[in-house]
Amino acid sequence: MSGYMSGILAILAINIIFAYGIYLSVATGQLNLGGAGFQAVGAYAAAYLSATYGFPVFLTLLTGLLLSGVFGFAIALPILRTRGVYLVLATFAFAEVIAGALLNSETFGGAMGISVPGYVEWYVPVIIAAFVTLLVFYIMSTRFGLNMRAIHDDEEVSDLMGVPVRKVKVIAFSMGAALAGLSGGLYAHTFTFVEVQGFNAILSIYVLLYVLLGGTQTAWGPLAGATFFTLLPEALRDLLPSTKTFLVSLFGDAENVAPPDESWRFVILGVLTVLMMVFRPEGLITRPMLAHLRLRKPGARAAGGEVLE
Amino acid sequence: MLLVQQLVNSIMLGSVYVTVAVAFTLTIGILNFLNFTIPTLFMLAGMMGWALSYYGLPFGLSGPMPWPLALAVGVVLAILASLLVERFTFRYLKTRYGDSTEHAIPLVSSLGFLLILENLVRIGYGTEERRFVGPDADLTLNVGGLFIRVPQLISLFVTVLIVIFLTMLIRRTRIGRGLRAIAENPDAANILGVDTKRVVPVVFMLTGLLCGLAGALFAVNYGEVSPLMGEDIGTKAIAGMVIGGLGSIWGAVIGGLIVGVLELMTVHFFGADTVQVVVWGALLLTLIAYPSGLLGHNAIGKGKL
Repeated sequence: MSGYMSGILAILAINIIFAYGIYLSVATGQLNLGGAGFQAVGAYAAAYLSATYGFPVFLTLLTGLLLSGVFGFAIALPILRTRGVYLVLATFAFAEVIAGALLNSETFGGAMGISVPGYVEWYVPVIIAAFVTLLVFYIMSTRFGLNMRAIHDDEEVSDLMGVPVRKVKVIAFSMGAALAGLSGGLYAHTFTFVEVQGFNAILSIYVLLYVLLGGTQTAWGPLAGATFFTLLPEALRDLLPSTKTFLVSLFGDAENVAPPDESWRFVILGVLTVLMMVFRPEGLITRPMLAHLRLRKPGARAAGGEVLE
Repeated sequence: MLLVQQLVNSIMLGSVYVTVAVAFTLTIGILNFLNFTIPTLFMLAGMMGWALSYYGLPFGLSGPMPWPLALAVGVVLAILASLLVERFTFRYLKTRYGDSTEHAIPLVSSLGFLLILENLVRIGYGTEERRFVGPDADLTLNVGGLFIRVPQLISLFVTVLIVIFLTMLIRRTRIGRGLRAIAENPDAANILGVDTKRVVPVVFMLTGLLCGLAGALFAVNYGEVSPLMGEDIGTKAIAGMVIGGLGSIWGAVIGGLIVGVLELMTVHFFGADTVQVVVWGALLLTLIAYPSGLLGHNAIGKGKL
């Protein structure tokens, strides 16, 4: 397999884990705009332990996951009392504080970043991503997942019906933070270098967009969103120049065309976001859509176990 | 003396944050909408003001403009962009599912607009910092050993005027009464005869105007613009707004000034690198310990729109 392909697969796997981390909190109706902060915690924990103490990869990943989960829990307890705008701001502020603290700390290399000695091949993140995907699907199929869905759809009614709203939200948020930390640890070991400038507000925005555009009603959403938006820039890398050459050739002078700016890809992501919010705000993949697909198959259960809209 | 000079400077810097923070708090207080395009509108006014005075209109339609005209056009562009955002974030948005994330839809749309506008400016004019050539005279007053730049004094004055104007608009006029009604309950306001389709764009026009003016004044005062200039100012304005209390205009004024003072005092005592930690730490602590801020109301920003 070529280095380019394996690189894309690795980043795809990391993005999927990251997206599931954010999904777990969004699936309880809590927008988490601090993804980069949790990923940075995991990445720096793994990088530091690997570089300073030479811990094996397995242990550094585990530490990153746990540490990030603890951070998530500490943040979730006071902050999940608040909702809407306050929560968005609080998670955003958390990511900024983490980035600022890392940037100023001598121990973690400051603006220089850390080189990570432990290198993992591309299939490690892929296998872990597959495992995480199955895990999230399992969580969403348990009673706990049902509680999460109920809170997502209507918090007040779930509370009235006896769902322990606060507990479910805190646990979901902390698990999500742990997954984001795991994705950070994998990032550190796959690319063998971390620098805090990579974990910025834009990264938090992107991962939240993956999840919301993919759809938050089912666990398929983040998978679809992360896959689509990771592969889209790669597809556009070839498509954009040829499109530009074609457009310019309509007016004659197709020779010496400068390649289009990288920023066009983000413009396209922005346009897609705005259009999705206008035409399909509930995301790409929804519960009715899955139910529809399932009904067409012979032998599918029309009623019964599956709860439709 | 140096400390007093720093205090004067921080009030001048704070007045930029105040203008942007008022824009944020206006959309949150009235529409319960955290508008992430605000930093971009700020940047758009400054960058377009620079581009028009340096290059002139695109495609060679005109030569370089004089800088006051260029800045005025920049402000108008910010207002137009803000109205465009209104079209796509509020006008057509009706959720079909009662998700508890539905209040997030305008927010997510505004994140999309942030990506679009910022990257279009980057494509057009590059990512480097540019020097904005404003008034050539050295306009610095020396008041008893303190140095005060006249453009900064003017912008402080403009900021105060804007805030007073907004307070009057919201308290005294018919439009203001409509805005207050929408803030309380959009559906009831609609039923009772507030024309939401005409009143909501007013909020966005005011947002565009505030950010445009702040961006133009920033370009004149500090003489530097870049496509990234909005991020730093925007995030600090958010911090100021939260500290002052969401949805309160005077809270945003106080919070913006506090952040300005906090920032320059941190620079003075600890160095420039720790500013981010101090400002955002203050924000996080405010949210955890006292979520409604100094002057905010508890009810705003919590319910669904």
